[in-house]
This record gives sequence, structure tokens and C-alpha cells, in this order.
Amino acid sequence: MSLRTLPLLFLNLGGEMLYILDHRLRAQNIPGDKARKVLNDIISTMFNQKFIEELFKPQELYSKKALRTVYDRLAHASIMRLNQASMDKLYDLMTMAFKYQVLLCPRPKDVLLVTFNHLDAIKGFIQDSPAILHQVDETVRRLTETYGSLSAGEFQLIRQMLLVFFQDLHIRVSIFLKDRVQNSNGRFVLPVSGPVPWGTEVPGLIRMFNHKGEEVRTAEFKHGGSYVAAPKEGSFELYGDRVLKLGTNMYSVNRPVETHMSGASKNVASRTQDCIAPNPLAKEELNLLARLMGRMEIKKHSGTESGFRLNLFTTDEEEEQAALSRPEELSYEVINIQATQDQQRNEELARIMGEFEITDQPSQSASKGDDLLAMMDEL
Amino acid sequence: MFHRERSVPLRGSAAALCNNLSVLQLPVRNLTHFGVVHGPSAQLLSAAPEGVPLAQRQLHAKEGAGVSPPLITQVHWCVLPFRVLLVLTSHRGIQMYESDGSVMVYWHALDSGDAPLVQAVFARGIAASGHFICVGTWSGRVLVFDIPAKGPDIALSEELAGHQTPVTDIAAEPAQGRDCVADVVTADDSGLLCVWRSGPEFKLLTRIPGFGVPCSSVQLWQGAIAAGYGDGQVRLYEASTGTLHVQINAHARAVCALDLAPEVGKLLSAAEDTFVHIWKLSRSPESGYIEVEHCHGECVPDTQVCGARFCDPSGSSFAVTGYDLAEILRFSSM
Repeated sequence: MSLRTLPLLFLNLGGEMLYILDHRLRAQNIPGDKARKVLNDIISTMFNQKFIEELFKPQELYSKKALRTVYDRLAHASIMRLNQASMDKLYDLMTMAFKYQVLLCPRPKDVLLVTFNHLDAIKGFIQDSPAILHQVDETVRRLTETYGSLSAGEFQLIRQMLLVFFQDLHIRVSIFLKDRVQNSNGRFVLPVSGPVPWGTEVPGLIRMFNHKGEEVRTAEFKHGGSYVAAPKEGSFELYGDRVLKLGTNMYSVNRPVETHMSGASKNVASRTQDCIAPNPLAKEELNLLARLMGRMEIKKHSGTESGFRLNLFTTDEEEEQAALSRPEELSYEVINIQATQDQQRNEELARIMGEFEITDQPSQSASKGDDLLAMMDEL
Repeated sequence: MFHRERSVPLRGSAAALCNNLSVLQLPVRNLTHFGVVHGPSAQLLSAAPEGVPLAQRQLHAKEGAGVSPPLITQVHWCVLPFRVLLVLTSHRGIQMYESDGSVMVYWHALDSGDAPLVQAVFARGIAASGHFICVGTWSGRVLVFDIPAKGPDIALSEELAGHQTPVTDIAAEPAQGRDCVADVVTADDSGLLCVWRSGPEFKLLTRIPGFGVPCSSVQLWQGAIAAGYGDGQVRLYEASTGTLHVQINAHARAVCALDLAPEVGKLLSAAEDTFVHIWKLSRSPESGYIEVEHCHGECVPDTQVCGARFCDPSGSSFAVTGYDLAEILRFSSM
């Protein structure tokens, strides 16, 4: 319905990813300069001008597994490495967080405020890098240009598309369970109290008019919730009070963040179909992906900077256990770009995807899409 | 007053669309048919009175070019004088089936020719009016199809121009035998309502402007229009004049569905705020203006409702669907 959904999806998921990585880097006591370098590298790649240009082109949304590939790439844009299990967990946390934010947005338009919250926080991570700061500001400008004048109806379409993307995802996140924003069955709590959205009246009043438009009578009814009027509207400017808290960083230093896999997905049938059944259109999607990722400029790293592995779990054993016990229907297997220790290989991969060149992979297939698929399978 | 009845399980969860539940009551056969959109597929199922599911069928949108399978926007039963058709709208076009979904009798592909680059094409908004079926589109055009008493000889009769933004919903009621009576209402994303008189050539009688929010759902009852909006309001208008007579601050979030039990003048409103409200419509004996009274409110905890329908002509029972929910919730006061 809307071909303008991808930038919002990508930037918000990216924002959540940075919150989580920042949290884990501190929890794992990674030295400050290394941690800053990782965040700077990722942010710089995310907001690269050519990449953002490609992102903002009107296009359909990718599937969850296709989009995961982009974040896999992004997470490895620096000296940091993540094992499959940690990458899975990272993506689970990112997607559930943004799902929660979209679902709880008071107005469909507020998803733009959520995006600004993420970008405001991202600017906080790179305060000492004016060049990257400029890239982020450029993106904010582009967001305002693209979405600033959309109607409420168009935002509703965007919201519906985002909810299609997140449909049937019920992974339980401990920070959500603890804060009572998620139930033990994986569904989010929808409160029936608090401020109404900006532009909505508090429910309960019936007003009756005559043919001249004069109010002749009012009546009240018991709505059932306990709502209050909205205090003020959030700012859509480059700087301003967003009012909305959704999209701000909910990870403080000492909170462990676990996800629970058991009983996560009640509706296995529809999810399995999405993840595992061979999709005849996968090739076209891969081509779109390749074009997007081809625009990702991954920096070359000199040999003096030593890499490290980030673990999204508390111990290595936990990470191993998670990898073994991940339910079938939640695997992101189909497109699987393994994190390798070899940085040279990764750069080559990025270049290859951008230029569709096959180097040492023997392939008989005729089309570019086939080559790409074959290449990914052989990794 | 209302109690929960046994839920009807769905194969796939309901998508976060508006008007995402269609109900076909078949009291003679003691059956109720339900239709729910999941995403690229829609599910039809029939259930016995206690809610026991009897048969189910999945329908898909016809394939086309694109990265992913086309999404369905709405599924709706159209009750015509001599037959019942099931209409399915998607990002590709309009599919019409026999009422059990077994045979597709008609396919209309949407013309994406002059669509601007950033807008995907789709059809949405379905209603039966006499022997016509009206279907709305992304451009604002409403397609009117002439339906024969039987067989697949369906033809596009007219394209109504009244809207500039995507159509959201269409409502119709029997013309009640008088001339110049409004019997079809169409609504769109800008909140604009167009009021029509159906016929071999539809006539636009009046327009009711929006106020900056989509009108997601609309109903027509004895010459009164009930409209549900994205800011949670339900408004009642006089169809012939377009005059606003009642403004209800009904919900705290966008209204996603309205339904009518026409025999008793009951109106059902459901919204993303998890609430369903039932209202009694009437006409003032003195002024003749449309009036409303609140009857009942029901909270469906933690559920972003996306579809709601009465399940019996007296409005004593209703069914609800919610985003991400793989079941149809049923409520009854009987």
C-alpha cells in the first residue's frame, strides 16, 4: 500500500540495534575507545549518503529474513563480531522493541516522532564526530522532506504496512515483561488510561446539533477507560521536545536483557510459511537487497586494530545453548551470511554484491540473482 | 450484559486493517460464515451457533509482479437480490467468488497506469446496492459492477469520480421505494464522504467534507449516515442534506469498524483502543433528527480491534477480530 515504509523501518530498527549494542559493550566492559569506534563505524555506515539515497527510493518492504541480512552486515561494519546466536537475539530484541513502539503510537503520524527520538539518541553517540553528525542531520532533513507533509491517511497506511511486517511476532523480552508492557503470552499490554492522542477528544461526550449546526443537547456515556487530555504535541523540528517517550533508550547500564524462546510463537503455521517455505520471489528480493547493500560502504580496517567478539548473552555457554535450542520456526536461516574473522573477505563480499562480480565461486547460472543466491549459499 | 462465548480459531492471525471481519448470517441453515484477512491470504470459515467451526477455506490474491505476494485489503459478502457473492480486494485487483469461496466468477485487474511512483495501487471498500457491487480504489474512483442474477457475466457499469484520496469504506441500504433517496455512501482517507443515489447511472447527491483524519468505516441507516474516524469520533449525518446531527467522542484511538443491525437500529463501533461500543439509533419524533443513545461498552483487553460485526439481526451478539489474534472473539447477551 505504501512504498515509503522502508526508511522508517530501517532507521528505527537500526536505532534499537545501537541502543542494545551500546548496552552490551558496556556490560561486557569493552574499552571505551573500542566501543566508541564500533558505534561510530556502524552509524557512519548506516547514514552514508548513497545508502540513505537508495533506502529512500519508493519500494516495497523486504521480508524479515531479507532485512535481517542488512543488519547482519551493519553489525559487522566495524571491528566487532557477533556469533549467529547473538545476532539472532539482537534482531529479536530490535524487532520486538520497534513492534511495541509502532503498536503503542497514539497517532499513526507519531511513528515519525519515534524515529526522531532514535535519531536524537544516535546523535548523542557521535557527538565528537562532526562529519557523521552532519550525515545524521541530513537524514533528519530527508525524513522531514519525505514524511513531513503526509496526510493522516497516508500515515495510517504506513502503520498498517509496518504491522504486517511485525505480524505474529511474539518473542518475550525480559525487560518488557518486568516493566509489564508485555504479557507472559508475548502480547503487548495496551493501556486504557493516560493521555489521548493529540487531536483526539477524551471519550465520553455525545453532542447533538440541529439543522443550523447549533448544539442543542449533550449527553455523557461511560467509556470504560480512564483517559485524560493530551498535554501538548511533540515537535517535528530538527530539535525539539518530542513529548513521546517511545523510541528513547530503555536500556540502562545494569539491566540484563533476555529473550524467551519457549512458547514464543503460537501460530506456527503462518510463521513457518514465512520463514522456511521456498519463496519463488526470493530472487527478486535478493536483487533489491544487493542493490541496497551494494551502497553500504564498509570501511577498511588497518591491521593494528584488533577485533573482538560481542556476546548478547551473559556467558559463552548461554550463547551456545541458545543456538542449539532456537525453535525451527524462528530461524533466520535462508539468507545466511556468516560472520567471519576475515575482514578482507567481508570487504570483498560488499564489493561483490555491489558489482555482481563472481570471483572464485563456480557457477553455471545465467542470471545475476542466481549468482547472488549461489554465492550466499556457499558462504 | 454481554458475556464471552466460545472463540472461533483462525488459521492465520488477523491483519491490522480496518473493517477486517465480514459475517454472513444464514439463520435458515443455522450457520454463520466469517471472513478475515490475514495478509496475503484471507480465511473463510463457517461455524455452528455455539461457535464450533465446521468448514474453512483460504483464498489468495491473484499473483502478479512484485517482490512479495500481494496483500489482500478486504473480504466481504455482498447480499444481492438473487445471489450472494464474496468479494476480495487486494493490491492487484478485485476477485469475486460464489458465496462459499469455491469458484471465482470474476476478476478485475487494477490499472496502475497513472499511479504516482510512491503510491501502490489497491482496491478497498466493498458494498452491495441492489444488483450492483461497488468497490473503491486507491485513486478515489469507485467501480460499480452490474451483477446478473446468476452466472459470471459481470460487467463494469460505471466509474464514480468523487474522491481524490484512497477509498476506505462503502455503505448501502435499500432505497425504500422513494425517489431521490440517498442509498450509497462512500468514504475516503481524507475523511470526505460522498452520498449517492444508485441506479443505471449513479448520481452524486451531496458531499460531506472531512476534517483531517481518515473516515475508516461508514454505515447507512434509514437515511442517516454513521461514520467512524481516525481520531476516535463517530459522527451521524443526515444523508439527504449532509448535516451533522450527532458527534460522539466515542473512542480514544482510531475507529476501525462500524456495523449495523438495521432491524433494530443498533450500531456497533470498534476501535484500536480495545473497546467495542453498542449504540441505539433513533429519529426524534418532534424534529425528525437522528439521535443516539449508548447501550453497552466492552473492553477486549490488550487487543487492537480491527473488525467487528453483529452476528444476529437483533444485535444481541457480535464478533470481533484483533491484530495478531488468531481467533474470532464472540460476545452474546442472549
